[in-house]
Amino acid sequence: MSERKPLRRRRGTRAFVLAATLGLLAVVYAGFAPATRSLAENTEQITQGKDLFATNCASCHGLGGEGLAEEGVPALTNVGAAAVEFQVSTGRMPAPNTVSQPVPRENTFTADEVAAMAAYVASLGTGPGIPNEDQYLPSGLTAEEIAEGGELFRTNCSACHNFKGSGGALPNGVTAPNLQETSPQHVWEAMRTGPGQMPVFASGAIPDADVKKIVAYLEQVNAQPSAGFNLGGLGPVSEGLWAWIAGIGVLVLFAIWITTKGARA
Amino acid sequence: MAKPTKIREDSPALAVQTPPEAPPAVNKLAPAAEWVDQRSGIGKVIKGALRKIFPDHWSFLLGEIALYSFIILLLTGVFLTLWFKPSMGEVEYSGSYELMRNIPMSEAFASTLNISFDVRGGLLMRQIHHWAAMLFVAAMTIHMLRVFFTGAFRKPRELNWIIGVGLLSIGLIEGFAGYSLPDDLLSGTGLRFVDGSIRSIPIIGTWVEFFVFGGEFPGELIIPRLYMVHILLVPGLLLGLISAHMALLVYHKHTQWPGPGRTQKNVVGYPLFPVYAAKAGGFFFIVFGVTTLMGALMQINPVWLYGPYNPSQVTAGSQPDWYMGFVEGAIRIMPNWEWHLGSTTWSWNIFIPFVGLMGLLFTGLALYPFIEAWVTGDKSEHHLLDRPRNAPNRTAFGVACMTCYGMFWAAGGNDIIATQFHVSLNDVTYFMRVAVFVAPVIAFIVTKRICLSLQRRDAETVLHGSPTGVIVRSPDGGYTEAHTPVSQGEAYTLTRHPQWTPVESGGRVRQRLSRWFAHGQIAKPTAEDIEAASHHAHPISPVDAAADETASIGSGKDAE
Ligand code: HEC
Ligand code: HEC
Ligand code: HEM
Repeated sequence: MSERKPLRRRRGTRAFVLAATLGLLAVVYAGFAPATRSLAENTEQITQGKDLFATNCASCHGLGGEGLAEEGVPALTNVGAAAVEFQVSTGRMPAPNTVSQPVPRENTFTADEVAAMAAYVASLGTGPGIPNEDQYLPSGLTAEEIAEGGELFRTNCSACHNFKGSGGALPNGVTAPNLQETSPQHVWEAMRTGPGQMPVFASGAIPDADVKKIVAYLEQVNAQPSAGFNLGGLGPVSEGLWAWIAGIGVLVLFAIWITTKGARA
Repeated sequence: MAKPTKIREDSPALAVQTPPEAPPAVNKLAPAAEWVDQRSGIGKVIKGALRKIFPDHWSFLLGEIALYSFIILLLTGVFLTLWFKPSMGEVEYSGSYELMRNIPMSEAFASTLNISFDVRGGLLMRQIHHWAAMLFVAAMTIHMLRVFFTGAFRKPRELNWIIGVGLLSIGLIEGFAGYSLPDDLLSGTGLRFVDGSIRSIPIIGTWVEFFVFGGEFPGELIIPRLYMVHILLVPGLLLGLISAHMALLVYHKHTQWPGPGRTQKNVVGYPLFPVYAAKAGGFFFIVFGVTTLMGALMQINPVWLYGPYNPSQVTAGSQPDWYMGFVEGAIRIMPNWEWHLGSTTWSWNIFIPFVGLMGLLFTGLALYPFIEAWVTGDKSEHHLLDRPRNAPNRTAFGVACMTCYGMFWAAGGNDIIATQFHVSLNDVTYFMRVAVFVAPVIAFIVTKRICLSLQRRDAETVLHGSPTGVIVRSPDGGYTEAHTPVSQGEAYTLTRHPQWTPVESGGRVRQRLSRWFAHGQIAKPTAEDIEAASHHAHPISPVDAAADETASIGSGKDAE
């Protein structure tokens, strides 16, 4: 076994180098692509976005994204492209109504359409733009940094989202969703735009480097094996339920069995 | 129905056996046994104990689940003490769980991670210990319910009932202390909860808080102190009380279900040796096995996910173990009542649900046998159990209390209910505020009606026999179900219970309560009723005497 290890490690290294190069290329491309887009293309995209917005969103948010305060529809003048990308591609927007918390549904827009609406909303004012991969994708983090991500998550997020991101309840029927399936990009965008009841975590408070640590922690803590069935990862309530059902329930069945047996059976 | 277990005619327990020859092993031990006996007189005691009779019914094994899980707790607990460090001194984690690398934490938490990840078998032991703790309290609770609903708490067993209440209450303290030891985020949050509750005690609250924590929360003393409580003080008390509980049990002898041949003066069942010992011993291994399987297959208290306690953190799903859930729930749904008098704050919003509710529960439990005896005026000894239906008001009251407890308990998980069932947290809370008062009333009415219906059916059965499932068509076209008369034994069992008669003496309150307690019961059929009914009956088969399998088994006087 021990002789084969170096070989495997070398293979691993090669794969890593390959992945890193590809990753780097992607980052470089992502970094330069928007910049190489011409002004004309941009205007075209905004016009397309404006049309899409008028058809799908203006009924609530108004043609110029001014919102409808009395209906609880927020203005979109300074929310930025990131907010649109987050809301639309997680399937929250267009919302079915203005009353309840928008529930993620299937996103029916293409990536281009989403980008167009985002560009249009971004043109209305300021706000965080759509992030590049190097802003949220964790790579090359040390164990210490990932553990620090855990501390950051428990300090800033677990009050609403639970200790491993299983989700939790807020007042008035609002829920903080389960984060175990959420993409790293959406974690970044949620933090920067603060959807619904969630506060905004601006880069001054939690810089991108720390967002990556949080993303990495969430990924790893949910990928590791649990010590048996995790009973939903909800903490002591589900444990208590199981103690009664699986524990006492089974033992009572055994007690019945033992006492229905005669002296010899 | 409580019938003794059937025994086959060829069962060796009943057969007269003469062993061919005493096995040689016994012969070799005989001189040693005699030596001990001559010096301690133990032989007589053991002989008596081995012939001690135990009645057999599944509900009599519930207390045993508690006893056995306590033993499992002692065994696994000793294992954990070998590695646990009860210290709040701060260290940086350097063990093998990567997601905590270099995080500052207390030594208590670090050693818990160490037991979980670096001590062989440590995680399994932790999980068995925790599951056993949950089962210990749960088993005590259902054991207590069994004692309550069967009236086993009545004279002469009131004292043992009070010991039981003591066991249950310090069982909660033991569990809470254990839950706090690892110093993870949930245990710290739980301690903070208790800290706030202590502070809510008027006048002396703050002083008591400083006394318990040795200064401001959390201080550096609480973990070492709780450790002492958890591994020495409370287990010692539990052991002492359990011994007293068992001693009284042997002294009073076990209660039994009513039935032919079972009187207030005897006990019908199996002798301790060999039958009952085999059953009870086997059951110990079953409890141990189930607990071990739970520890091996079901994750419990994953402290590495909660992280070390940090007063600036809190997590959704912060709840105590189940047995503190009702207090948690009471605090969650309590309206925010607070007085500000001068410079003082009176936190009724915490004091009432915490100190008030727990005080009410345990005082009520301890006093119940005396209250009931006062209401019924019953001063006689009871060694035969009540079938719950035959004490409809007690049973309905018990179910109402369970329902109230259950509502508080559910309220403790209001956030989990909200997320799992997609309802609003506020709606759950408002609902529970009403439900803790209304649901018990509904439960009382429903339970009492069920009890009375069952009583009516019993009376029917005695008078007209039990339904056979055979439908008979009469010559004029009518259909009736044929009934077969019940055996004398069964009729006896169904009519043995006393009728409640209200007390005539005492104050107005007592008389009214007493009338209420006796009210609504279904009169049992008298001998004349049965006689009269038997002339109308059309049995399709004669009473089969052999079908009466309730003939006493191992019957006889309990060995002295
Ligand atoms: C005050 C409570 C609160 C806090 C604190 C909070 N969130 Fe949220 N979070 C929410 C709520 C509520 C939503 C749902 C918003 C909606 O659906 O409109 C949400 C949504 C999200 C989503 C979108 C999930 C999805 O799958 O669509 C992500 C990602 C997220 N939060 C991450 C975080 C992170 C990371 C932190 C900590 C830095 C954090 N949240 C802190 C309440 C909170
Ligand atoms: C039925 C009315 C409705 C429609 C249609 C609708 N929205 Fe919304 N939108 C809302 C409401 C209400 C909120 C506030 C949601 C909350 O509190 O969680 C909101 C919030 C948002 C936000 C977040 C604002 C912030 O402060 O972060 C964005 C971005 C957004 N909408 C974009 C869109 C886009 C883009 C569309 C069209 C594809 C759209 N909405 C369609 C009602 C609507
Ligand atoms: C440490 C926890 C406890 C242990 C280990 C324990 C164990 C037992 C056992 C093994 C028995 C005999 C079998 C049985 O009737 O189930 C018993 C009887 C009894 N227990 Fe407990 N018990 C505990 C807690 C309680 C509690 C919480 C109560 C009530 C408040 C209680 C009240 C009684 C009474 C009154 C009897 C006599 C019952 C009878 O003779 O029918 N016990 N206990």
